[in-house]
Amino acid sequence: MSKKNILLGHGSGGKLSHDLIKQLFVKHFDNPVLQQQTDAALLEVKTDSIAFTTDSFVVDPIFFPGGDIGKLAVCGTVNDIAVSGAKPLYLSSSFIIEEGFSIEELEKIVVSMANEAKKAGVIIVTGDTKVINRGKCDKVFINTSGIGALHERQKDISSGNNIQAGDKIIINGSIGDHGMAIMAEREFQNFKTDIKSDCTCLNHLVEKVIDVSSKIRFMRDATRGGISTVLNELVEDKNFGLDIDEASIPVKENVKGMCELLGFDPFYVANEGKIIFVVAAEDAEKVLEAMKQDDAGKESAIIGTITEEHPGKGWITTEIGGKRIIDMLAGEQLPRIC
Amino acid sequence: MKYINEYRNKDLVLQLAENIKKISKKQVSFMEVCGGHTMSIQKFGIPSLLPPTIKLLSGPGCPVCVTDKRFIDQSIAYSRLDDVIITTYGDLIRVPGSTSSLDEEKAVGADVRIVYSILDALKIAKENKDKKIIFLGIGFETTAPSSAVGVLNAEKENLDNFFLFSSHKVMPPAMVALIDEGVRIDGYIAPGHVSTITGSGIYKDVPLKYNLGVVISGFEPVDLLQSIYMLVKQIEENDTKVEIQYKRVVRPEGNITAQEIMKKVFKPKDDWWRGLGILPNSGLALNEQYSRFDAEKMIPVEVEETKEEKGCICGVILKGLKNPKDCKLFKSVCTPVNPVGACMVSNEGACNAYYRFSR
Repeated sequence: MSKKNILLGHGSGGKLSHDLIKQLFVKHFDNPVLQQQTDAALLEVKTDSIAFTTDSFVVDPIFFPGGDIGKLAVCGTVNDIAVSGAKPLYLSSSFIIEEGFSIEELEKIVVSMANEAKKAGVIIVTGDTKVINRGKCDKVFINTSGIGALHERQKDISSGNNIQAGDKIIINGSIGDHGMAIMAEREFQNFKTDIKSDCTCLNHLVEKVIDVSSKIRFMRDATRGGISTVLNELVEDKNFGLDIDEASIPVKENVKGMCELLGFDPFYVANEGKIIFVVAAEDAEKVLEAMKQDDAGKESAIIGTITEEHPGKGWITTEIGGKRIIDMLAGEQLPRIC
Repeated sequence: MKYINEYRNKDLVLQLAENIKKISKKQVSFMEVCGGHTMSIQKFGIPSLLPPTIKLLSGPGCPVCVTDKRFIDQSIAYSRLDDVIITTYGDLIRVPGSTSSLDEEKAVGADVRIVYSILDALKIAKENKDKKIIFLGIGFETTAPSSAVGVLNAEKENLDNFFLFSSHKVMPPAMVALIDEGVRIDGYIAPGHVSTITGSGIYKDVPLKYNLGVVISGFEPVDLLQSIYMLVKQIEENDTKVEIQYKRVVRPEGNITAQEIMKKVFKPKDDWWRGLGILPNSGLALNEQYSRFDAEKMIPVEVEETKEEKGCICGVILKGLKNPKDCKLFKSVCTPVNPVGACMVSNEGACNAYYRFSR
């Protein structure tokens, strides 16, 4: 590719488009399905059902400590499939690029997506590229969709239909890392911190958990809105509630410090590599041990219990022993974090 | 984390709660004036640790909540001018005015930018010489000195496109007005950061004239419980006075440099407070010498007639006469996503804190 920057022609469908696809996307996403260059990817999926999801990524800045928009676009979709109990298999990737965007940076993003997909064991099988006039979009936006194979016995996980009083609530590590990493990079460049986004694919962790226990009642990744939002969704309009012990929830010192300084509550700050699991009490320790074996679960902890008391509500015992309700995030705490 | 963990020590907290229970005999109500205190009290679940003899009320110390609707309406009018960039702290952009809000104006094309400091607003002014940059100055003695510094810097750098629209306020007139209005309280948990600037002298009339306790408190759970303990002790021993609990930050004389800068740049004016009406000498206007940075004087604008929301009892809540839960709109019509009154908008607002932490 001789050009240094993206031109409108790169999205025209003509020669420039063709070269870009061949020399960038096909080169790095390299796999037999993509090689065929058919209009639609032709896939064989042998399974009871498929899980299908889509997500768009508009994060600003596009490169941040711990990741970039490409890594995020792969992890986000892989994780949405994984927490449904399905095994992620194939992704699509659609790029909306601002005219004038650096091809070198675009390549970095594509390489990052390819690496992450490889780690997660998924392949990117189809895609699209559009170029928008300069100033009409901000650098690059990515949409990824994905499908995964869902086994019959995992079907109830995403609905949480089997949750029972006494079940344990587990998280795979510290909260608030992603939101605060973005915040520091975007708004406080002269603010020295080593906070890194927790952006990572969690399908291998989920596989370990499903392998070790057949009593996983619910999983959801806690992204925008933080863990508060997931904990609220978990009990909303249900005949059970939950109790959380604040002291048991890991928060990194640097994240805690920045939250204190800026008046954020880590409970509401976004994550990109955290899952809330609900597991039958008798399997909780076993699951916890399995989680700790995975790189994305070293700091896993049991943080609470499902209860018959206060149905529909989440209560938290604060770190000082006081009690209060957990509520959802209202409005936008930080725009464009993913 | 140093200076945080020590003040969130669970054993210490529970010991303090126990000590409060031991000495608290009379039925008392204390008002936390500062929105930061309201937040902390709700977030840590402090009411659940207190005996039934103690009631905590939220006062008029959230800057966004006491900002009068007229100020919002005028800010909206400014934002509609073609050559104006509004710079503001984030909380303010969602506060409903009479017919719109700054974020609604932003969505249809107004240039409204969130800043974390007035110095960011100065930077925007330097980068946009063809525009008028208006900084919406809200807050008490805590944020007023930084606005004053902003104006002084603008003068030093000879910026002719930077303007302050001041709704800055001072705390003592509101604290006295509440007692005069007949709000029944026995003591004030006085604001820690305001007092850092002003010192403790500004509260001296409260025990002398009104026989109310005053304890200047820090923001962590141990601070707040110790302050409550000190207040209970004052009341039980009938020995009301001004005490400083937040000694690691607050000095009796305050921050003299900040006081001098404020005095240099601002002069007192009678000001509107949401729910409290006009309080004499409670607001801060720019001194004549700095008129050229005064948005109100330099940028004429037509402002629509201010309409008060029906059914919203923000004013009564700010006075501590009612609890957010007493409001008919609370949680049904008025939520953080769709706030009717300012108390629901700000993180530090009583209604917002109650909504999130204690429904």
